[in-house]
Amino acid sequence: MSPRIVGVSVPRKEGISKVTGQAKYVDDLSFPDMLYGATVRSSIARGKITGVHLGGGIPWDEFTIVTAKDIPGKNVVSLITEDQPFLADGIVNHPEEPILVLAHPDRHLLPLAVAAVQIGYERLPSIHTIEESEEQGEIVWGSDNTFKTYVINKGDVDRIWKDAAWIVEGEYSTGAQEQLYIENNGVIAQYSETEGVTVWGSMQCPFYVHKALMTLTGFPEDKVRVVQTETGGAFGGKEEYPSMISGHAVLLARKSGRPVKIIYDRVEDMAATTKRHPSRTRHRTAVDRNGKLLGGEIDFAIDGGAYCTLSPVVLSRGAIHAGGPYHWPNIRVRAKAFATNTPPHGAFRGFGAPQSLFGLECHMDKIARTIGLSPDEFRRRNLLLQGQSTATEQVIQEPINLPHLLERALKLSDYHAKVQGFSVHNRSSHKKKGMGIAAFLHGSGFTGSGERYLNSLVGVEALVDGQVRVLASSTEFGQGTNTILCQIAAETLGIEYDDVRMAPIDTRQVPNSGPTVASRTAMIIGKLVQSAALGLQHTLIASGFLASGESREEFQAACKTYIERFGKLQSFSRFEPPANIFWDDEKYHGEAYPAFAWAVYVAEVTVDTNTYSVSVDDFVALQEVGKVLHPYLAAGQIEGGVAQAIGYALYEKVVWQDGRMVNSQMTNYIMPTSQDVPPIRVYFEEVPCPYGPYGAKGIGELPMDGPAPAIVNAVIQATGKSFHAIPLLPEDILLGFVNEPSETQAEVYR
Amino acid sequence: MSGDAPGASQRKVSFTVNGKLRRVLVYPMQRLIDVLRNELGLTGTKEGCGEGECGSCSVLLNGDLVNSCLIPILQVEGASVCTIEGVAKDGMHPVQQAFLQCGGAQCGICTPGMILASIRLLQLHPNPSMEQIREGLGGNLCRCTGYTRIFHAVQEAAKAGTAEELQQLLVVADDKP
Amino acid sequence: MRSRPSDYELIAPGKLASVLELIGREPGGWLPIAGGTEIMVQYGAGKLTAQKLVSIWNLPELRFIDRTPEELRIGAGCTYTDLRNDPVVNHEFPLLASGASWTGSLANQNRGTLGGNIRNASPAADSLPALLAYDAELLLVSTRGERKLPYLDFHTGYKQTRLMAHELIQAVCLKRKFSGYANFARKVGPRNAQAISKVCMAALAKISGRRIEDLRIAVGSMAPVPLRLQQTERVLIGCEWNRESARAARRALQSEVAPIDDIRSTSAYRIAVAGNLLEEFLNGLIPNEPAEHHGNS
Repeated sequence: MSPRIVGVSVPRKEGISKVTGQAKYVDDLSFPDMLYGATVRSSIARGKITGVHLGGGIPWDEFTIVTAKDIPGKNVVSLITEDQPFLADGIVNHPEEPILVLAHPDRHLLPLAVAAVQIGYERLPSIHTIEESEEQGEIVWGSDNTFKTYVINKGDVDRIWKDAAWIVEGEYSTGAQEQLYIENNGVIAQYSETEGVTVWGSMQCPFYVHKALMTLTGFPEDKVRVVQTETGGAFGGKEEYPSMISGHAVLLARKSGRPVKIIYDRVEDMAATTKRHPSRTRHRTAVDRNGKLLGGEIDFAIDGGAYCTLSPVVLSRGAIHAGGPYHWPNIRVRAKAFATNTPPHGAFRGFGAPQSLFGLECHMDKIARTIGLSPDEFRRRNLLLQGQSTATEQVIQEPINLPHLLERALKLSDYHAKVQGFSVHNRSSHKKKGMGIAAFLHGSGFTGSGERYLNSLVGVEALVDGQVRVLASSTEFGQGTNTILCQIAAETLGIEYDDVRMAPIDTRQVPNSGPTVASRTAMIIGKLVQSAALGLQHTLIASGFLASGESREEFQAACKTYIERFGKLQSFSRFEPPANIFWDDEKYHGEAYPAFAWAVYVAEVTVDTNTYSVSVDDFVALQEVGKVLHPYLAAGQIEGGVAQAIGYALYEKVVWQDGRMVNSQMTNYIMPTSQDVPPIRVYFEEVPCPYGPYGAKGIGELPMDGPAPAIVNAVIQATGKSFHAIPLLPEDILLGFVNEPSETQAEVYR
Repeated sequence: MSGDAPGASQRKVSFTVNGKLRRVLVYPMQRLIDVLRNELGLTGTKEGCGEGECGSCSVLLNGDLVNSCLIPILQVEGASVCTIEGVAKDGMHPVQQAFLQCGGAQCGICTPGMILASIRLLQLHPNPSMEQIREGLGGNLCRCTGYTRIFHAVQEAAKAGTAEELQQLLVVADDKP
Repeated sequence: MRSRPSDYELIAPGKLASVLELIGREPGGWLPIAGGTEIMVQYGAGKLTAQKLVSIWNLPELRFIDRTPEELRIGAGCTYTDLRNDPVVNHEFPLLASGASWTGSLANQNRGTLGGNIRNASPAADSLPALLAYDAELLLVSTRGERKLPYLDFHTGYKQTRLMAHELIQAVCLKRKFSGYANFARKVGPRNAQAISKVCMAALAKISGRRIEDLRIAVGSMAPVPLRLQQTERVLIGCEWNRESARAARRALQSEVAPIDDIRSTSAYRIAVAGNLLEEFLNGLIPNEPAEHHGNS
């Protein structure tokens, strides 16, 4: 029987409240006697705090003022490494580091008060780039400025170089990127010694906040409650940072005895919260005379900022994806996360993969040019086939056909005809056109043993009227979590989509189903919803109230009978790692992800050589993501990701000055508008995946990975100049024309 | 800027919001967005940037699309304002329907402003070209959708909405002072 | 929002005469605010120094477009939308219509005014080069009367103008004498919509064969003020357009502009692009001898 609800574009669960303006985001909520909070931040990159002076003109007696001394539990934002304080205590390690928090009933008085606080510093030398951190001229973290190192080894890379027909080297770099969700970070906190704390806020991971607040307050689990409010975009930017801002609001609520709301404005949100890690990828690749990869060395480095936060995990995903969807008989990936005196970089859609895949896919084009093959032909000869293995020696079991994906993308984009036409056109026009390809993959779910540690729990509950609630901490922030999880439950239980809703995301009401990150919701949580729903159905059948395969009405009647007889009707399902999946955390070897999504993207660009600006004219995004649960939502994820990645490639530059973002306004940090996006043509291939519900795999991050290299490859084809860094701004393209750097440093051995 | 600053006193400002006359006691430089959200409880109007760049706070002022974060309330005296809360009359507006059907709303934070911009666009261009749609929504930033589904929604609304429905809010537009 | 509303006074006298009387009585004491697209941004950012404001939004005495056979007179309170909707602006002053269409988003075009843009005196303002190219005159008013000033002389330095503290800009006057000119308007910003220009150019030319009879070039974001490229014009007027004159024009252009490196772009980029745009314009009018590209010469 074909699915009735899964695979259908039903209306978004919370859609009506969003289009009518009724949806309540955190700043739309107000509590009696509520105060507003604000943060005093470091104005220098690194130094000792020598004094705090409350300047004149402010009625300080009306303010609640919290410093590190007011913290009841541990002054540490609990995540991976316990190095980041909620409030700086004696020393600051990056600009915008929180030092004090203030609260007052008049929200308009707070900015004036923040400006009136004078902090005295004794400056220490600071470092701001991967190179400075690497040199270790100044140690700013640990003993060697290094948060984490990984090495991935397959085969014996040291033995391949002598057999190479070509050895091609390249270095590629990517800049920081701001998530730029349109709703800024914000929370409201309420505190009582007896009842505990409650935080309402815009966030992806309520249980991350829950854990951080337990450490901060010293309260036990049941005295910390976290409620997600409607969340206006996140993209990873609300994965770890909400713990920080929630902590600040809780400290102010504790000291003042009143509810406290903290809402960042755009300038503060951009300057102080996390961004995508800047990166540098170095490649050295050996290719044989037939254009087949013999092997390569990849050196992948990211700038983690001043504290560890999620950098080890970002590094891990970047390292695992660094070899891309190619067959490397031998490969070594060395990866390192460096400390600098910059606000910590953090989670952002793609999570390390867009960085390393940018390097890889630009390098693939460079190799193709060097050895005289077309970009598509070189890829065709090296794409992974079923039965071959990735860099971590994960054998591709699924029947994926990447050469077919490549052919289809070339056809959909009319690649060959266009390349030929453009080579003629470009001779006589100052508008140079080009086509660029990127082939890539993205792992669904947490890396390696991550899902095992998360141990996620999901429930499904039937009510007496036969309505069903999904109990999970998986949050909605635009991607469609509410909709797809309800679709899966409805489909499984044989009831209607309208019969199912999500329980409120409240740590008192829903179990910990892990964070809403890592393209894990559809595949991992979706599967748990499906099995919990099956469990519920089995309970009804086992109790004799429901025969198998009955109608919606009979399901509802059975629920009523069961609940009237036994009380609650709930079913829970906990993550079970698939039996045949093994990951070695020490060697970084094995099944890195239960499944990958695969894609080939093609960008068509025009470079105006009078203005050096690039426009993307057409974009083909072809991917294999398993079963598509909701065609509109899925396409919406791809389109949104491609647009965000166009910004990453061509527009979005964080301008740094001594570790501080100096263009922290929407006017000066340039994201794409409706007039900057090309037609984004989205196509899916569906190879059902055994680990996902109805065969679904993860999709949310994938579209962030491919567009940047596809676009830069297209610009290189259009101009014949060499570019290897993003964002690739017109000013950089001008330099390419003026300097005319030599294309390649390939050494031809034979 | 507190203390000896000249400052202002509060005064009464009257204007129409979604067809109803409202009278508020405010400082003259309070921003329209703050008055709507904090004084009148109309929280459907969102603040994204506070500098007229993102369009999340878009409302119709005497029928024209404006950013309510850049308007001092005194300049709204006697005017009429339409916010997202005033768009649905008997059931949802065709543009709201289309956003829902086509997947034009993801996280929803830009949606109220985007819908008001779309309504204004369709009033000016009942059968808009893709270029007109792109320009009409150029001041409303969306980080989720890549705009594609929003374009579809506007095209669908243009097809689906009766002329009368689309012009509905023009009653307000003709009412210039 | 980084300002406290109670710290700011705003009044709306409703009549131009009352506003003039107020600013005549307390010159510099009251900041006129029209559509607020600039002032409210500063206010929101906590950077507005003036604390007493007087509204001139939608004053009928400032929001008009009058036409005579010789002249178009545009009230300083006209919005960009007003400009874009005016048939004469569109047909006879397309550079101004383009400039208006580039300025901010539609929502901001509904509020931002031509007079506000002139007074704000941003070197990056999109519609001001057009006024330079069209030899606009400004009509300034105060309680003491009116005076006219060539717009070319209005800006004296970065955000400095000849407007006196007791005056308002009432109107912009444009002579209707440009029907025989080819025109060229280009904005180069960081993206296609609502962006602050890295370079913008408004230019007019009268061509006879290969000879440049007359030429008016004005640029934005190339100097502390919106700039008319008079030296470059002088190099080209009366000359044939060829490789040699193109090279001379680029040299002149480079000598008379003074762009900066800032968070939005670089000086080198702005100079290269301005030169390229000038060549693009003239190559479009007098083809066959393409000038060299990308010369930073």
